[in-house]
Amino acid sequence: MARRSFLQWPVVRQVSTGDLLGRGPSVTSPRTKALAPRTSTADRAVQSVCPYCAVGCGQRVYVKDEKVVQIEGDPDSPISRGRLCPKGSASEQLVNSPGRQTRVLYRAPRSTRWEHLDLAAAIDMVADRFIETRRRTWQQEDAEGRLLSRTMGIASLGGATLDNEENYLIKKLFTAAGAVQIENQARI
Amino acid sequence: MANADCIVIQGSNMAECHPVGYQWVAEAKARGAKVIHVDPRFTRTSAVADKHIPIRAGSDVVLLGALINYVISNDLWFKEYVSAYTNAATLVHADYRDAEDLGGLFSGFNPETGAYDTASWSYAEEAGDAIGEPGAGSEHGSDASARAAGHQFGSGGPALEHARVQRDDTLQDPRTVFQIVKRHYARYTPEMVHDMCGIEVADFEYLARAITENSGRERTTCFAYAVGWTQHSLGAQFIRAAAILQLLLGNLGRPGGGIMALRGHASIQGSTDIPTLFNLLPGYLPMPTAGRHDTLSQYLEAIASKKQKGFWADADAYTVSLLKAWWGEAANAENDWAYDYLPRLTGAHGTYETVMGMLEDEVEGYFLLGQNPAVGSAHGRMQRLGMSHLKWLVVRDLNLIESATWWKDGPEIESGELHTEDIETEVFFLPAATHVEKAGSFTQTQRLLQWRHQAVAPPGDCQSELQFFFELGERIRQKLAGSDDERDRPLLDLTWDYPTDAHGDPNPEAVLAEINGRHLEGPDAGKPLPAYTELRADGTTSAGCWIYTGVYAGGINHAANRKPGREQGPAAPEWGWAWPANRRILYNRASADPDGKPWSERKKYIWWDQEQGRWVGDDVPDFPVDRAPGSQPDPAAGGPEALSGDDPFIMQADGKGWLFAPKGLVDGPLPTHYEAQESPVANALYPQQQSPARLVFPRADNLSAPSAGTSGAEVYPYVFTTYRLTEHHTAGGMSRWLPYLSELQPEMFCEVSPELAAERGLEPYGWATIVSPRSAIEARVLVTERMTPLSVGGRTVHQIGLPYHWGVGNDAVVSGDAANDLLGITLDPNVQIQESKVASCDIRPGRRPRGPALLALVAEYQARAGTTIETGNRAVTDPAAEGIEPKPGGHGGAGGRR
Amino acid sequence: MGQLSGPTDPSADARWEDHPPRKGFFTDTSICIGCKACEVACKEWNHNPQDGNLELLKSSYDNTGALGASTWRHVAFVEQGQERVVQARESGRALVSLGMPAIGPPAPAADQDLSEVDTTPPDTPDFRWLMSSDVCKHCTHAGCLDVCPTGALFRTEFGTVVVQDDVCNGCGTCVAGCPFGVIERRSDGTVAVAAQREEPHAQPPAVPNVGIAQKCTLCYDRLIADETPACAKACPTTSIKFGDHDHMVETARARVAELHAQGLTEARLYGANELDGVGGTGSVFLLLDEPEVYGLPPDPRVPTADLPRMYRRAGMAVAGMVAAAALAFLRGRA
Repeated sequence: MARRSFLQWPVVRQVSTGDLLGRGPSVTSPRTKALAPRTSTADRAVQSVCPYCAVGCGQRVYVKDEKVVQIEGDPDSPISRGRLCPKGSASEQLVNSPGRQTRVLYRAPRSTRWEHLDLAAAIDMVADRFIETRRRTWQQEDAEGRLLSRTMGIASLGGATLDNEENYLIKKLFTAAGAVQIENQARI
Repeated sequence: MANADCIVIQGSNMAECHPVGYQWVAEAKARGAKVIHVDPRFTRTSAVADKHIPIRAGSDVVLLGALINYVISNDLWFKEYVSAYTNAATLVHADYRDAEDLGGLFSGFNPETGAYDTASWSYAEEAGDAIGEPGAGSEHGSDASARAAGHQFGSGGPALEHARVQRDDTLQDPRTVFQIVKRHYARYTPEMVHDMCGIEVADFEYLARAITENSGRERTTCFAYAVGWTQHSLGAQFIRAAAILQLLLGNLGRPGGGIMALRGHASIQGSTDIPTLFNLLPGYLPMPTAGRHDTLSQYLEAIASKKQKGFWADADAYTVSLLKAWWGEAANAENDWAYDYLPRLTGAHGTYETVMGMLEDEVEGYFLLGQNPAVGSAHGRMQRLGMSHLKWLVVRDLNLIESATWWKDGPEIESGELHTEDIETEVFFLPAATHVEKAGSFTQTQRLLQWRHQAVAPPGDCQSELQFFFELGERIRQKLAGSDDERDRPLLDLTWDYPTDAHGDPNPEAVLAEINGRHLEGPDAGKPLPAYTELRADGTTSAGCWIYTGVYAGGINHAANRKPGREQGPAAPEWGWAWPANRRILYNRASADPDGKPWSERKKYIWWDQEQGRWVGDDVPDFPVDRAPGSQPDPAAGGPEALSGDDPFIMQADGKGWLFAPKGLVDGPLPTHYEAQESPVANALYPQQQSPARLVFPRADNLSAPSAGTSGAEVYPYVFTTYRLTEHHTAGGMSRWLPYLSELQPEMFCEVSPELAAERGLEPYGWATIVSPRSAIEARVLVTERMTPLSVGGRTVHQIGLPYHWGVGNDAVVSGDAANDLLGITLDPNVQIQESKVASCDIRPGRRPRGPALLALVAEYQARAGTTIETGNRAVTDPAAEGIEPKPGGHGGAGGRR
Repeated sequence: MGQLSGPTDPSADARWEDHPPRKGFFTDTSICIGCKACEVACKEWNHNPQDGNLELLKSSYDNTGALGASTWRHVAFVEQGQERVVQARESGRALVSLGMPAIGPPAPAADQDLSEVDTTPPDTPDFRWLMSSDVCKHCTHAGCLDVCPTGALFRTEFGTVVVQDDVCNGCGTCVAGCPFGVIERRSDGTVAVAAQREEPHAQPPAVPNVGIAQKCTLCYDRLIADETPACAKACPTTSIKFGDHDHMVETARARVAELHAQGLTEARLYGANELDGVGGTGSVFLLLDEPEVYGLPPDPRVPTADLPRMYRRAGMAVAGMVAAAALAFLRGRA
């Protein structure tokens, strides 16, 4: 052991490797020698698509211990060929940003502050308000007796950042509920 | 784009806003293509283009019209292409009168309603009549409900009764489309471009030469645009003008050609195809309108005639299959496939109308789903005040965006207009999952669906919209269960039985399978449909969005196809799935000549293989695959069967590319230059100043600056335009919370020329206040030669650039005043998109006043300009000059309904 | 003993056996779109903190200022009028005809004498906006490395220069040793955050490696797994190219020749001359104006290049002193 330790001494390594100025292999630390990129130590790499603009660049999402540790371009993509812009390159921060909200917040009428709500309770409250507003603002027909079958009391804005499947459920549910004022960024 | 020989980027700042897409422009340039950037500002795109041509914001139709004129008058149009593939030879109705004849108005304008009756724009019939819209009676174009129509033609042209058009193949008849187009643009000259756009004649000629020398059999030119073209009161016409030019040059349906729409959100294309939009159902089927579509048969007749050409003729199959997808067994032949479960429109119900509805307390509840209108929508103050009238607001986002916090730290709290303790609105902030915490598909800007696999579970309370809306629907349906109220049937009968995982979350692939559609009967019952051509109107098929049918063909999620690009050809058909039918270039039949041969070896793409008797090539042919080039079926046959061998525009009702649009647009059949709602320049082409059919909202909270030639115009003497930067994303919800992006562009700024800085005493990197008739904001001053004062009509026009990413709030890493607060609401009548790329303002040194003094400053300007709710809101600028009898005591309100 | 100046293979010089070819960047600023993807991709991969105080830096679209401890890629933005473009075109042409740019190559191709050809392009732009992504030069003779007293800085098998965070004691000697002003010690408390936050998702990560020297590693931890450095991988237009250093220099020379043939004589190389004061750099650049315009030193010189001569002089002085002392001693004895 002692002998090996002695051989690990930088000055000995400098002499033994010929790196007398101590600039190369003789000075690498154990940590340096053990380096491995987190892309190679990740548990898995998942193919994804950048969430910002509509170019649709391919991304690879590296996951370690169920946390996203790295997002970078997918070289397989014929659209982006592995490249990303600054926003796409910041995607990992979008996911893991300390500023991100992960709890439900609720502001009561006239209140000056947020409070917490249980997620299930919040969805239930939204459902109640949805049903109540729909009843209160229902328009069965117009002045000439033509069918309207709708509410103008509920509106929605958003969808351009969401998945096709999500837009589909949003449009389907709102339309069935008679809410027509469903809009997104495509109008803007 | 990589195959183009010349690329004109106009109305887009592509290198900044789509940097990774720009690699294809860079690649084309490296291969020798010429890249020209036409833009009010010298941007990072200009910096890497061959040439930047500064243009006055909003004058693009003058430039494009002059290019059309240049191509026609110098006989540079692609004759074989134009003759065979466009409607150049088609005759237009004898009653048609051009804007050239009527002082800037087309025939059919009704100054009372501020809208056109488009009947006289129709194609001529054999007996001298017009080819009308099917089933539309006398209502077309003349009522407010028609205004909602424009966007409905997203995947195809509007309907015609039939396709038996009158033609003069010599193109000499003055009623041919070709002659009408030629006359219409005769006064759009290089000199007019100089006078109206501020573009030097030499620069115009450079551009004209570049595009004509790079078009034809051997070469192609591509145009790229973004919201620099759409966000105008005549935005749809900007794009139409480019389409006319590209048709004349033969650049559509060919590699390296086309008009590339560069869209700004990951799935903004998908959210238009499967629309979270008021006027559409999936696949560009219109939402039914009361009075026009009261029954299913009225609806189907109005969408498309069985006698017109092309695939829209089968819209009945698409509609019934959608209703089957949504209401399953409850949709049957007896109840017209549950058609009455669909709510009805009575006009335009776009996002701006909705906000005005909030202010009138008609809207009680509002969902914001990854969108930040307090910062990102025009007229931010109206947006926030509107929200303060809501009973309840649900914000679903990643970060605590300004639209979630305006009740405590918004600008109106500071100005004293709102007091937190008085605001009744309940606000729910529900955290959302990011793109890696859910599986699903985005549709990118070239119609390509790409599946994302889930990487990790969402943290804390975060949920995807899929989870949230599935659960919300479940709860609503549970709470209504047992209801015998008829109005609850559509909710209770809704197909909502998606398979769920262990956490109760719905399977997104099951939703995609429903969108794709399936056989409902017969031996294949339950199996996914392979193509939209399999859809039937008899209730035996279902499909949630017909244009996506095929994405789940064979039970395989083709959006998840991931064969690496380097292992396939340039069209890369095995990466993702493009609608329709996995086709990468639309109308690609036009890449071959009328005989089916490639126009040139260099631009070979799809061609007719005589031996096989079918179309073959590098892409999925966008044509009936066995329809020979010379076929001439009876046009009366209707549908795809009626397409001739030389009808490449298979979604158009006559199979041709439309130089002249006989239907489908509500503000004119040909793009015509009008000034913006607010402009310091008088329209030199017509007495008509603004687009007569634009949608205005004359309200005290939506005042407009006086335009050139009216008193008070000098109070708001400068033009401003809004835009994005590479380092941020729209209203900042996904960028201003990220330190890595925030540090790159930390502060709101304005860009001004050294000349304007000198004129107004603005210090470099000091503060300036920008004042419009709606609001005043402050910004740091970037004095830069990248902004050029333009000489327009003998005077200097200064333009000010304003990025719109910042907003006022306390939660983001960086915040600042929002450019959109300066904007008013004036809309394009075809698509209800606001004019946010050009408006009038003043600029002065120093920070803006705080508190109520801010409102006082805005009011002082309004008073000085003498602006009232009448200002700028006349439909017809000068009725006498335009042959319209002035009515005592009033003028045509241009369609504003509030 | 290794060399301290002149052309050499730096990996071999540091006694790496069987090492791979020297790696490097070629940054072609003529196709840079100034998107700053390189800055973000670099920070994200290396977990470098945000720096700066979130205010405009008064330097066009540049708000990170310069290379430093936390910014290892930096994009400069330079706005210029026509006069300057003409000058740059002239100076670039002169470099070629002289055959000896300050730090650039003696090329493009010596057989191409373009100085006599009229290569004025059809129109000289009346304005241009230069963008250039700067990075550590990974010099052939690296001042930072040569002065490092602890062995924290080392020459990798790829010929690049890397700080070992676990060895560096923050003495700062290297900071003065770099002729480009690249390496810097990381200060703490650089991160400004929003005024108030509701329920933050997580605490901002602690700033790593405070107080120790930091700079670009050319993604050493990616190279060992044969992966492209983060900045080059992200770059949308391939303005940043990565590869074998010889190939990079070759590509760069060809590109300059191509641009000159198009009349764009403002193009010139930076760092490709192995006879310069740092023995040539591992990161080479194609610039469109004088290096100073981009904030780069025109004639960088590694301070240790003079060491042997200084040691010789110092040695003579010491010998003299010893002799004098000996003499004095002898005299005293006498």
